Amino acid sequence: MRGFGIRALHVELSEGRLTSDDLIRDSLAAIEEADGQVRAFLRVTGERAFAQASPKEKVTGAPALSWLTGIPFAAKDNLCVEGVPTTCASRILEGYVPPHTATAVRRIESAGGVLIGKVNLDEFAMGSSTENSGFYPTRNPWDLTRVPGGSSGGSAAAVAAGFVPYALGSDTGGSIRQPAAFCGVVGLKPTYGLVSRFGLVAFASSLDQIGPLTRSVEDAAIVLQGIAGWDERDSTSVQVDIPDYLASLTGDVGGLRVGVPTEYFETDMDRGVRDRVMEALDALRQLGAEVRPIRLPHTRYALSAYYLIAPAEASSNLARYDGVRFGVRAKDAANLLTMYERTRSAGFGPEVKRRILIGTYALSSGYYDAYYKRAQQVRTLIRQDFEAAFAEVDVIVSPTTPTPAFRFGEKADPLTMYLNDIYTIPVNLAGLPAISVPCGLQDGLPVGLQLIGRPFDETTLLRAADAYERVSGFASLRPTALGEVQ
Amino acid sequence: MHLTTEDVVHVAALARLHVTSEETEALVVELGRILDYARDLQELDLSGVPATSQIGITTTVVRADEPRPSLTAEQAVANAPDEDEGMFRVPAVLEG
Repeated sequence: MRGFGIRALHVELSEGRLTSDDLIRDSLAAIEEADGQVRAFLRVTGERAFAQASPKEKVTGAPALSWLTGIPFAAKDNLCVEGVPTTCASRILEGYVPPHTATAVRRIESAGGVLIGKVNLDEFAMGSSTENSGFYPTRNPWDLTRVPGGSSGGSAAAVAAGFVPYALGSDTGGSIRQPAAFCGVVGLKPTYGLVSRFGLVAFASSLDQIGPLTRSVEDAAIVLQGIAGWDERDSTSVQVDIPDYLASLTGDVGGLRVGVPTEYFETDMDRGVRDRVMEALDALRQLGAEVRPIRLPHTRYALSAYYLIAPAEASSNLARYDGVRFGVRAKDAANLLTMYERTRSAGFGPEVKRRILIGTYALSSGYYDAYYKRAQQVRTLIRQDFEAAFAEVDVIVSPTTPTPAFRFGEKADPLTMYLNDIYTIPVNLAGLPAISVPCGLQDGLPVGLQLIGRPFDETTLLRAADAYERVSGFASLRPTALGEVQ
Repeated sequence: MHLTTEDVVHVAALARLHVTSEETEALVVELGRILDYARDLQELDLSGVPATSQIGITTTVVRADEPRPSLTAEQAVANAPDEDEGMFRVPAVLEG
């Protein structure tokens, strides 16, 4: 049952062939067997899972059994769950036990979903490899010498390794889609405002969005259905009618207008990635879609804008870690200011400090206009680029990343690491929905295809991704590095 | 606008981060490279372009100011490194 999708698991549960306890035991066994190698989990919550799982009779007898009832999942460790330690993979939050549960997690648990554990990330979701985790890096199940991507690397690796059918992640500049691409799974970043951020530890509040990592587009649609919707506890969540995402997966993309951004293909892109994406575009053409080039002229400024805006927001959001209300505190400081400085210097890792400093600089007197304000103006131009493009096309298709998964230590320079996010970042700046689906292998490593949609048009996005997935044959790809687990 | 050692020390103080002199040296280079990369923003003519600070939000969201259940005082201080009678205890703000 480790390869099963949510639909198949749901059928097994509702017809009484399996119980939720079976699925929990199976998930825990898979973690026990192979997570010593992958290291996706920061904390396994097996006891809590058994305590929370619906008894068999409740699952099988329930009149309105939800798709997610009885099915295990993992949550990125920047999503708060009441009574379960939440670390954000940072030493500064050691010992923190939140008194509240993130709305996205609560909605899944209310539907009977079963949390199996909290998974690894780059500290405070700042990074593209999990190498910035304050605890340990997660390894890519396809090749244990390579990164799983990040920041939701634990979520992607846990799904790819078959530990859980799906996991929640968060995406600020590509943190769901990039690890999904690197680990050969599906990763969906919903439209900004579609999923409540309540209980998600804030990194850059105008960019952060929660979404699922799954083994298929169908599963992504099912999980999105479970977590989408307005929440009074997130003032940026939007009141929109939530469509039936599963019903949108018709397999029909006849006449769909697919835009291919010229500027993306002018960047430094791995040959194999380019080839796989071209093959995917051919597949979409054969399905009846109309593929045409589009222009996104301000793409080259997106990375600069992002790496000022996100750190600026982070520097403000992370001011709360001061050793007073939660987490660790430096000992024996003579006064309050020294206590703040020592706590933060000992508690934060190097990348978090860099971003706090860049953000503070960009917001500081004398530099605000040159950096932060200009970055926000560029953000407007990038948003307008997409608006103009979406007047002509229904979805935009690109690679998710310029290369497949890289090796540990390969991108030691921060700027080199940032360049990895070049195709995913503009999407967050514009608040758009986007999904990464596997589009084949290059030298034995998965390549991700990114599809970008109009705001709140997840139905078209999922329909196109699902139609492609059906003909691509890559949904069943499984990593080989773990042998017997698969 | 080259980043200097003084800039890094100043910004670190604003951010309430203590940086050693070795860290400062490395940061001058690392942060300098990131800011150099961002210099391309200066070449654009942005006159008349409005700033985007948030997507999709047009109005400030408010709710009725009515009491409702919330965290208890005990819950609020439960995670504090140092707590006394339901309050956060901190070192002296001023020495002496």
